Amino acid sequence: MAKPKIGVYVCHCGSNIAGTVDVPQVVEFAKGLDAVAVAREYKFMCSDPGQSMIKDDIKNLKLNRVVVASCSPLLHEPTFRHAVQEAGLNPYLFEMANIREHCSWTTEDHGEATAKAKALVSAAVKRVYHHQPLETREVPVNANTLIVGGGIAGIQAALEIADAGHKVYLVEKDPSIGGHMIQFDKTFPTLDCSACILTPKMTAAGSHPNIELMTYSEVEEISGFIGNFKAKIRKKARFVDESKCNGCGVCMEKCPWKADSEFDLGLSQRKAIYTPFPQAVPNIPVIDKESCVYFLKGKCRACEKFCEREAIDFEQQDKIVEVEVGNIIVTTGYDPFDPTPIVKYGYGRLPNVYTGLEFERICNSVGPTSGKIVLKDGSEPKSIAIIHCVGSRDENYHKYCSRVCCMYALKYSHLIKEKTKADVYQMYIDMRCFGKGYEEFYKRLSDEGVTFIRGKPAEVIDRAMSEEEKGKLIVVGEDTLLGTIVRVPVDMVILCIALEARADAKNVAQLFGISQGADGFFIERHPKLDPVATMTEGVFIAGCCQGPKDIPDTVAQASAAATRVLALISKGKVELEAAVAVIDEEKCSGCRICNLLCPYNAIDFIEEDEVSRINEALCKGCGTCVAACPSAAITHKHFTTEEIMAEIEGVLV
Amino acid sequence: MEAISPLKETTDIILEEGGNALELCYQCGLCTGVCPWNRVRDFTLRKLIHKTQMGQIDFEDEDLWRCTNCYACVERCPRDVQVTHIMRAMRRVIMEVGAGKAPESFRITVKNIASVGNPLGEPPEKRMDWAKFLGVKTFTKGTEFLYFPCCYQAYDLAIQRVLRAAVYIMNKANVDFGIPASNVVCCGESVRNGGAESLWHNLAQTNIKAFAEAGVKKILVTSPHCYLAFKNDYPELGGNFEVVHILQLLAQLIKEGKLKFTKEVNKKVTLHDTCCVGRREGMYDEPRLVLTSIPGLELVEMRENREYSLCCGGGCMGRIWMETKKGERFSDLRLEQALETGASTLAVYCPYCMLNFDDTVLVMDKAGEIEIKDVLELASEALE
Repeated sequence: MAKPKIGVYVCHCGSNIAGTVDVPQVVEFAKGLDAVAVAREYKFMCSDPGQSMIKDDIKNLKLNRVVVASCSPLLHEPTFRHAVQEAGLNPYLFEMANIREHCSWTTEDHGEATAKAKALVSAAVKRVYHHQPLETREVPVNANTLIVGGGIAGIQAALEIADAGHKVYLVEKDPSIGGHMIQFDKTFPTLDCSACILTPKMTAAGSHPNIELMTYSEVEEISGFIGNFKAKIRKKARFVDESKCNGCGVCMEKCPWKADSEFDLGLSQRKAIYTPFPQAVPNIPVIDKESCVYFLKGKCRACEKFCEREAIDFEQQDKIVEVEVGNIIVTTGYDPFDPTPIVKYGYGRLPNVYTGLEFERICNSVGPTSGKIVLKDGSEPKSIAIIHCVGSRDENYHKYCSRVCCMYALKYSHLIKEKTKADVYQMYIDMRCFGKGYEEFYKRLSDEGVTFIRGKPAEVIDRAMSEEEKGKLIVVGEDTLLGTIVRVPVDMVILCIALEARADAKNVAQLFGISQGADGFFIERHPKLDPVATMTEGVFIAGCCQGPKDIPDTVAQASAAATRVLALISKGKVELEAAVAVIDEEKCSGCRICNLLCPYNAIDFIEEDEVSRINEALCKGCGTCVAACPSAAITHKHFTTEEIMAEIEGVLV
Repeated sequence: MEAISPLKETTDIILEEGGNALELCYQCGLCTGVCPWNRVRDFTLRKLIHKTQMGQIDFEDEDLWRCTNCYACVERCPRDVQVTHIMRAMRRVIMEVGAGKAPESFRITVKNIASVGNPLGEPPEKRMDWAKFLGVKTFTKGTEFLYFPCCYQAYDLAIQRVLRAAVYIMNKANVDFGIPASNVVCCGESVRNGGAESLWHNLAQTNIKAFAEAGVKKILVTSPHCYLAFKNDYPELGGNFEVVHILQLLAQLIKEGKLKFTKEVNKKVTLHDTCCVGRREGMYDEPRLVLTSIPGLELVEMRENREYSLCCGGGCMGRIWMETKKGERFSDLRLEQALETGASTLAVYCPYCMLNFDDTVLVMDKAGEIEIKDVLELASEALE
């Protein structure tokens, strides 16, 4: 290989870098570094002219190494690698110095910033001197997709991919798909019946030849990498043989045992053998061991006696199913916030204080009150208060706005007005009606005789101070527009509870290699430009697991994630990282420490040669084995000791 | 209507005095709804905060002296706005910068403290007279605790009984403690929150010097106000001591089996949580543990308790030194809550609360129905 001849390019990034770093000084400094043939500056190195500058120099000056000092490699390393490749250089003969995120953005001190920029450039130059050309390889992409979570996001993504002709495994932990959306009564702002618009999609997903529905199932293990994942899925025992059951429902009718309905949030009861709701997909019941008396006491088996198809199987065991997929979409949704800790709002303590989700069930015609809005005593409420931002926009609970509450609160007003003669009070801090048709919906509701009170209520109490407050719930707080304390006596209070990250989001994040934000929601690869990808290639997110959002946004995101997957399937192959570890078999003592440590199971012990060997297709280049090898037999390509020492030496100028 | 313009200069000076929390407020009004003042008169706290945002503060306004620092609003504020810091900043503008005027009673107290080191204007050399016949030793190097009583408990004959109870219990429990030799002054907690920052500075430095010279490591207090001052404020000036409230010590001794109450105290008692170590420090369990360890004593809770406790009106911002009109006293409302429980004793553990409730019981003519006692008094009654 020819003697290194390095070109250094320092980017202004408009004023992002040049506003703090003295770029001409850095360029002059770079010119004086060993093996540097040329050093230049430009306003935007990532622009076409910027890239052309590099390409021209490679050709004209016969450069064989390139350093660009600009932003984070996360953003533009692919751009510049591509540029040097186009000019005929191996893309690994390139190094990036981050003088923006790591330098100009961290200080206002021009002198310090310039000094640090020089150090980073020097480090990059010394490092790139030792770079070796590396070859990337491609592996085929398995065209099957795993989708985890059968709410509207999962269903939408599954249908998009299945309709395009590819196999989807749709895994749902509950007995039926449908998610939270199927619990809602109506959807804002159009007031469509939620089930009416969702059940066709559920049925389509349930019967689609390309979708393998795995309900009452959970993913337990993921291995492999983009294009080639393996998933272990636990199919929990339903105690009902899916191949025999025709969903006639006799078992549920005859079962004498009851338990609180999860679907109705404990407001009604279901049988010990049950489907969560009438339109369940699949329409196959499960037996809940906790409340089935046969499982508890060994007697009953009524369901079995009445099942003509002999589908009941008390001996059924959990089954582990292994599937191979190329891509994964995580659509695990959200948990509703439990308002019990906000003691002053009386939830769980005062009767007729409900959460929003509970109210959805109360409004629903197949809900606990058959759709009648009634109080605990069965009478119709004469007045209802709806309290916004319960657990949202609150430093004590969740800092973020849950984005849907203003709108569902307006929807409740409409449903209340439609079904009762009750007065409705909306207690809000700010009305946020930002979506298409949302502001119009706000106006429409204002016209239906709803009273809006601006202020976050201090408490809900039942201590009457006057005759008209007797027997009522009294909402106390400041009407901030009047600047006075108001006491609003009502019969029912609805708390617009926050959407929060799933209680088990941390486990899910670990399982799929996704990062979590401080609020618990999953983090997308880029908040604006890469909203459904994650830091793990081949794993995508959509819907409320990424953050609170309404149905239109969820569906849009799900379709976006499906599109990303389809693009990878259609390309058919993925490029593998060339910066992987390699074992020098001469030095390997066969101790196998690396075998056990490798998080990707990429290292095998070769019995006949008594050495370990790395499967380059599986290696992600994490470096764990390199650090652990007691014989220093493992080298990390692109992170060799030589390269790292040179870089350290460079930064210490 | 006359139009107003934002007065940036006024906002800036409040910010400068430490009121930067005002920038976070999004005007939801929760604080107004929570503030106990609105049970007795109009006090739109939210509006006052917005006025600070707009620079529309009248420094002569009595409302600036209303906040008792009870912390109820801060505890629940969705934006984590330290309302009490904003209040303190506005009072600093008055006390330190000289805008507006502090209430007369507050100014007199500040003057007393500045000249003789205690709010009552009593001679400093008489500070430890209360201990004369109790055989209490003076703190010397090697003594475990410096016992630091509140100025009020030391000088005010009406509540000195609390100190006697404390000494009695500590002797019974073999606690190694000593009182300051001399030259200590008011802890300065309420002075500081009332805006007299430079006076607080002097007080704190005097005490820190005295403590350091005596070789103090642990300070034992009977006032929650001293507790907050020593624990949270003094470290700012380099005074780092281990601070223990006497009820924390008793709770620990009870848990370790080193303190046992043997005499029955057959009383129905309700407990008033003090704001400063309650909402600020979460010290709710210790007084309850002491009370429930007393044989024969029945503890009943008021409907507002622990973090929802109603302030006695004294607070930590010098309200205790200001006259509060009849009909506007929180202690009156609180006493009604205590009476609702059917308790014959209202237990407190703060000298300010005690002063307020002693007064309320007399004014409301309820002395025949309920007595005010410090938790320490009840504990001492339970010892043989």
